[in-house]
Amino acid sequence: MSTDIDAVHPLDTSGARLSIKKPVQRFDRQGDLSDRERTEAAMRAFMHEFGAVTATYLESCIHCGMCAEACQYYVQTGDPRYTPVHKLEPFKQAYKREAGPFALFYRMFNLKPRVSADELQNWQELLYDSCTMCGRCTLICPMGIDIARLVGQARHGMFQAGLVPHELWAVAERAEREGSPLGATPAVFKDRIAWLSDEHGVEIPVDRDQADVLVSMSSIEIMKYPQAIVATAKVLNALNEKWTIRLDGYEATNFGMLSGNVQWQKDLSMKLINAAVKCGAKLLILPECGHAYGAMRWDGANVYGKPLPFEVLHISEYLARSIAGGRLRVKKAAASVTFHDPCQISRRGGATQAPRDVLAALGVELREMVPSRMGSWCCGGGGGVVTIHRADDLRYRVFEIKMKQVDDTGAEMLVMSCSNCRQTFDDGQAHFKWDKTAHSLLELVADNLVQ
Amino acid sequence: MNLLDFARGAAMKWSLAVFVFGIFWRLTGILLLHRTHDYSVPRAHGALLGALRTIIARSWPRREFRARTAYGLAVSYAFHIGLAIVVFGFVPHILLIRSLTGLGWNGLPDGVIYFCAVVTLIALIMALIRRVTHPVLKLLSNFDDYFSWVVTAAPVVTGLLTVAHYGARYETLLALHILSFEVLLVWFPFGKLMHGLLLPVARGQTGAFYARRGVNP
Ligand code: SF4
Ligand code: SF4
Repeated sequence: MSTDIDAVHPLDTSGARLSIKKPVQRFDRQGDLSDRERTEAAMRAFMHEFGAVTATYLESCIHCGMCAEACQYYVQTGDPRYTPVHKLEPFKQAYKREAGPFALFYRMFNLKPRVSADELQNWQELLYDSCTMCGRCTLICPMGIDIARLVGQARHGMFQAGLVPHELWAVAERAEREGSPLGATPAVFKDRIAWLSDEHGVEIPVDRDQADVLVSMSSIEIMKYPQAIVATAKVLNALNEKWTIRLDGYEATNFGMLSGNVQWQKDLSMKLINAAVKCGAKLLILPECGHAYGAMRWDGANVYGKPLPFEVLHISEYLARSIAGGRLRVKKAAASVTFHDPCQISRRGGATQAPRDVLAALGVELREMVPSRMGSWCCGGGGGVVTIHRADDLRYRVFEIKMKQVDDTGAEMLVMSCSNCRQTFDDGQAHFKWDKTAHSLLELVADNLVQ
Repeated sequence: MNLLDFARGAAMKWSLAVFVFGIFWRLTGILLLHRTHDYSVPRAHGALLGALRTIIARSWPRREFRARTAYGLAVSYAFHIGLAIVVFGFVPHILLIRSLTGLGWNGLPDGVIYFCAVVTLIALIMALIRRVTHPVLKLLSNFDDYFSWVVTAAPVVTGLLTVAHYGARYETLLALHILSFEVLLVWFPFGKLMHGLLLPVARGQTGAFYARRGVNP
């Protein structure tokens, strides 16, 4: 594949969701490895994953099928291929044959055949297009198997085999090379900050040598919801924080993680970590982005290889804390609101209460979706799925669950704290000509600050 | 040596040996694999408590999942509870356990046991029918699922035949019953029956993971 990524994979940042333009010809097999080399590369990556925790999960499945009932893809289509644990079949097969306690027998008598490149290719759609790693299946499994974690691990092998969906590979490669998956390069970001700062008359400190708080952003915000940058600045300025944005480390999304490239995941995380260390930040604020929270709050220290020398908070946690401490004051906002829990922040991240505390401070009537919080349905765009054109039809089908949930609340306003969910909602809204618009919790706070 | 002596003697000894050694092999093969340290700052402490909580709480589905899982769960609970009552409540079983371990307790009336055994068998058959007809289960199922079903159902069937003195001499039926249980013992470490022992480990891991992240499952 050509390395001229702009020519081969031009970005499309004008639509309701951001990705590369719909490819005329798909490249879902990267590189020119032979089938054998692909399998071997996948196996090497899989072997890294087969530790005690993963092995326990892979050994425990009783084939009860309950996980299917939790997964949006199965529930909406009735297609058994979307059964969560079935998505792991090649990963499980590799484990049994190569690493499990009876691997020797499996190999000796060929009880489990070697995983083939074709098999991996066939599973690409199951491991990427139809899994947002939302973790709902983890919540239902009677054996407690964390299927979402295993899907993330299986993706590591898929990347090494060069079997990532075209769009996801392209944006991940761009992120690794340019620092942003969606063209929010340092130069673009700097321009935007200057423009926003001018237009809104708000001070946005950039590249301070020393700061207490380092603010990171999602490319989706920079390119699609730049008002989020203004909102963040308004809040931090109102709190008199000594804060900064740094052009050597600002991107919080991690498409290395989503696509399954461990090295790229590390490269992207280290940029942010290094920037925070350089300016002596005590706190790193993560933007309204779900997987960014997983990548830094929970994986950041492990990528770093030791505890992070600063605290990591999602912006909703930061808002809740500032409000609770009496430092940030807000006035009453809309009358009734329903809140969409971004999976990676809530069910997978534990920051479920913070946005609700913020909404309570805003004096709104919170009308919870059923189910919400832990059991909440995914928007269908996580795990990199929203970038994949091939997955659009399926994504719209699962989005129907979410639309119904929102409609059933009868709330006036729909709020969330993840810009990736938000663009998925925007795209769904455009597709279904739906009358509900997604709003950002942060922007709602910034619009209702008491100065 | 007749069949019954064999079932009670050498076969019992060997099947128990395979059972114990197999479990040891499988568990060490899993649990001694590498572990990585998690450097992230936990939101809350109490991983052990979280593990215990999930080990217990996961026995019952969350509210939002109940409607979609009720039938499968009811069937599975029926044969699990039925098996437990029959295995641990039948007087001859208790006598055997006492002779092996020295531990004993009062049994249930035979009539109750027979009733439970029949219910267990019916539930097992319903589970099997579900497995061969439900599209998801059909897709997931492999040799292990069917073979494990056979070795679980066989002792129930042979047990019922034995107490009913039906189909052969009592001694032969009893020998077959014991042998069928021994097959279950031998298969236990190698297939899905191991979930009995893996359950607390797998659930505990996830419970600890949730506790660390402050997720309230
Ligand atoms: S993580 Fe979510 S999308 Fe993926 S298999 Fe589980 S329930 Fe389905
Ligand atoms: S719910 Fe758990 S045990 Fe049941 S099939 Fe799915 S992964 Fe396996």
